[in-house]
Amino acid sequence: MHAVISVIGKDRVGILARVSGICAKHQVNVTDVTQSVTENLFAMIMLVDISKCNVPFSRFADELTEAGKEMGVSIHTVHEDIYNSMHHI
Amino acid sequence: MINTDDILETIHMIDDENLDVRTITMGISLLDCIDSDIDKACDKIYDKICNYAGNLVKTGEDISKEYGIPIINKRVSVTPISMVAAACPGKNPVRFALALDRAAKAIGVNFIGGYSALVQKGFAPGDYAVIQSIPEALSRTDLVCSSVNVGTTKAGINMDAVAKMGHIILDTAKATADRNCIGPAKLVVFCNAPEDNPFMAGAFQGPGEPDCEINVGVSGPGVVRTAIKKAGDCDIAEVANIVKKTAFKVTRMGQLVAQEASKRLCVPFGIVDLSLAPTPAVGDSVAHILEEMGLESCGAHGTTACLALLNDAVKKGGIMASSHVGGLSGAFIPVTEDAGMIDAARCGSLSITKLEAMTAVCSVGLDMIAIPGDVPPEIISAIIADEAAIGLVNSKTTAVRLIPAIGKKAGDEISFGGLLGGGPVMEVNRYSPLRFISRGGRFPAPLQSLKN
Repeated sequence: MHAVISVIGKDRVGILARVSGICAKHQVNVTDVTQSVTENLFAMIMLVDISKCNVPFSRFADELTEAGKEMGVSIHTVHEDIYNSMHHI
Repeated sequence: MINTDDILETIHMIDDENLDVRTITMGISLLDCIDSDIDKACDKIYDKICNYAGNLVKTGEDISKEYGIPIINKRVSVTPISMVAAACPGKNPVRFALALDRAAKAIGVNFIGGYSALVQKGFAPGDYAVIQSIPEALSRTDLVCSSVNVGTTKAGINMDAVAKMGHIILDTAKATADRNCIGPAKLVVFCNAPEDNPFMAGAFQGPGEPDCEINVGVSGPGVVRTAIKKAGDCDIAEVANIVKKTAFKVTRMGQLVAQEASKRLCVPFGIVDLSLAPTPAVGDSVAHILEEMGLESCGAHGTTACLALLNDAVKKGGIMASSHVGGLSGAFIPVTEDAGMIDAARCGSLSITKLEAMTAVCSVGLDMIAIPGDVPPEIISAIIADEAAIGLVNSKTTAVRLIPAIGKKAGDEISFGGLLGGGPVMEVNRYSPLRFISRGGRFPAPLQSLKN
């Protein structure tokens, strides 16, 4: 089962390290990462495998959201199906 | 594999353009709760609703969190109570309303619909008593919604029920006058009422529906408006294309939520209702979409045409995105629930006559319109008759949800709060339809009913 972690905000040192650190702590494997600047926004999208996640998904998502707040960026962690269903036929 | 633009677009829709799933509504049949002992019947109703829908709110919240989509409302619709009340002649059906209200509060939903009667061809046992009791039922409960179907294209219009509903709407407003007349905001009079509608106040679980099912209503006026705005001065066919594409995405999201809710609750998936449902929030207005198409203000000449295009494109885009489409499916135009409509009504651009024309091409009807408290019941009935006639002839759902603002006159403001919003009291045509309404009887089914 995959989830998509999206990080949007102003760039700074250590965002990737912090997010991937939280993933590693919970046995969540990062399978793909892309980074781009759209509409003057720094955006990083991570595809992660959450099938071995050692905490409930909602807690994992909350932890990332909190980390995002501390770093001044917005982090969304949601199931990948939402994007697949909206953008692929 | 990951398309950054797609993901950012979705996040932008949710965070900035109010994209949401408006409601997950669990339809529950109460036919097996019928009992000639009203106490037993009420107990069975309470137990069945709590048993079936006990996890509805939590499941909705879980899905919302995992998929990152706000799910605004979790609701329950039940079999029209008149069918249950028929077994208890001489008993006050308000007791059923109280049982529904208790059950709704126990499971944490924000509305429960189905204090209803279907009387398009005449009154069956239970129907008249339930209709008569609506003012008391809506004034003594908080979460119960009521609806009465007075006509269908197949059966014609029950003009006795139309005449009665004028009085019932007025009495309901009077009974809740101390609470900003909120009663009639929870009462809809339908023609061609759908049996699987997830939206309040008109939701009920029709007698042809299964024991239990999940129906989902999507929304997204803000997303559609932004997409049209981005396109600039393109021609009208391109506008329709943009609406279709957007409606497709929005509906796919609704379909995903519906399937997931159905799986987790072990309840069959019923339908997705492809609706553009506004809220009073900034950026969530259907009127603003019409204005974005090129009108100075909603209500201007051209509004009906723009709404027709919008309504049609929403359906065309949504239909392919869902395996089963139903309910009301189209653009809603509730005045007090739509920031753009409220402004248009305030500045005099939008009148009830224009709204009536708009209802011929939108999904429902005259919705959430506050009228002066001194409007006599026969005028309310005549407004219902006009709307029902539009539905009858066009084989579509139409409805009337008027709020007589007791003690207020045209131009005064009324506020209900929350999703029901608030807005100006709108004037009606005061010439009398009394003789027409007093005739009663059955308005014959139109030629359109003979399709066999």
